[in-house]
Amino acid sequence: MTDIEPDDTVDARGAACPGPLMDLIGAIRGAESGDVVRLLSDNEGSLTDVPEWAEEAGNELLAVEELDDHNAFYVEKA
Amino acid sequence: MTERVIIVGGGTGGSVLANDLADRLEPELDAGDVEVTLINDGPDHVYKPVWLYVPFGQREPADGRRALDELVDDAVDLRIDRVSAIDTDSQRLRFDGDGPALAYDHLVLATGSTLEPEQIPGLAEGGHDYYSESGSTALRDELLSFTEGELVLSVIGTPHMCPAAPLEFVFMADDWFRERGLREDVEITYTYPIQRVHGNPHIAEWARPIMEERGINVETFFNAESVDPDAETITSMEGTELDYDLLVSIPPHGGVDLIEAAGLGDDGWVDVDKHTLEAEAAENVYALGDTADTGVPNAGSVAHYQAGVVGQRLASEIRDRPATATYDGKTLCFIETGMDAASFVEFDYERPPSPAPPSEKLHWSKLAYNESYWLTARGLL
Repeated sequence: MTDIEPDDTVDARGAACPGPLMDLIGAIRGAESGDVVRLLSDNEGSLTDVPEWAEEAGNELLAVEELDDHNAFYVEKA
Repeated sequence: MTERVIIVGGGTGGSVLANDLADRLEPELDAGDVEVTLINDGPDHVYKPVWLYVPFGQREPADGRRALDELVDDAVDLRIDRVSAIDTDSQRLRFDGDGPALAYDHLVLATGSTLEPEQIPGLAEGGHDYYSESGSTALRDELLSFTEGELVLSVIGTPHMCPAAPLEFVFMADDWFRERGLREDVEITYTYPIQRVHGNPHIAEWARPIMEERGINVETFFNAESVDPDAETITSMEGTELDYDLLVSIPPHGGVDLIEAAGLGDDGWVDVDKHTLEAEAAENVYALGDTADTGVPNAGSVAHYQAGVVGQRLASEIRDRPATATYDGKTLCFIETGMDAASFVEFDYERPPSPAPPSEKLHWSKLAYNESYWLTARGLL
């Protein structure tokens, strides 16, 4: 468990690739610098495309929390 | 007691469904036991795939317009009006103006996609599109006289209508400039929001080598943040800036506001069971086509197949039988790979796409289907 408090949560569980990443990008687009967005995704592809995009965009992936049937990604907007 | 079915939206999904029900429920309609009403905010049905060809001077917007009252069976009540609110508790629709509310027993939402270029500063002023009639003619005016410079096609909004169309546009532009001896003077760049050139990995894997072979520049992980129409630059959230002389974008898309206001889903897309197409947040409500948030492409073929499923389910419900028809994710797309060659894909929730080798025959198949589409809208094909 992480104690990071997100400013926004995007629940993309059930969405097919690339839906979760696009939902995260949409939330980051509307966020302020320093805000943390939590993405909930049960898509395996998110485990690779979320870290890749975060690095490309200069945002920080603070943590990936492995839960029962999905993962939670915490991304801080640069 | 007459059972009332109301369909909101007279695009592909709504029109095919209206005609499907007119045929399937003919005895009940004749007896006055069932009423089917199709509501659209304008008198015409619009076939959007025509717009891809307009900028190249090959089709006219009028080729994609027909009056709904010529396409929809006379057994269907056609109402040209704009729904302003949906109350799923009392099962009523409200309209712009002071008209009385309309009660439904079964509601189908097929309101489709709208363009929201205003989400990106500068895009409406600096960019062109072929996802609207006015956009396709404005782009035609630019493209037909474009003989040199940087042509940038930027996919900004996803999901968007016809996921194949951005690839088609750059493949067609490449071929079109090549045929006219101008390709060496025109740089073509394609941008996409994720790490590959298409949302579907199988289509991306197929398309990328073709783009390399054709000399089409690719920028992935490019999510447009702003456009500067004066400097003619487009900048991404990832920090990349591209110069352009002609910017063609796939603008952000959204559904209609009344869906979110009714609590049926976010951004105008209805949360549905992806097999039954029933709304998750309300009873007796279906959604289809772009409006249904199923994760499959926003494509006319999807709306067409889903309309058949919803038609069967509604007929079963009206006849007090168990509704067993389900949607399996079936999607079918032709993909133009030039001005006289095309590929084809067919896939569903379980089977991924495998693009067919491009051929002239598939190109003519696409054009032939575009002509015979009006039979689909009439519920005949």
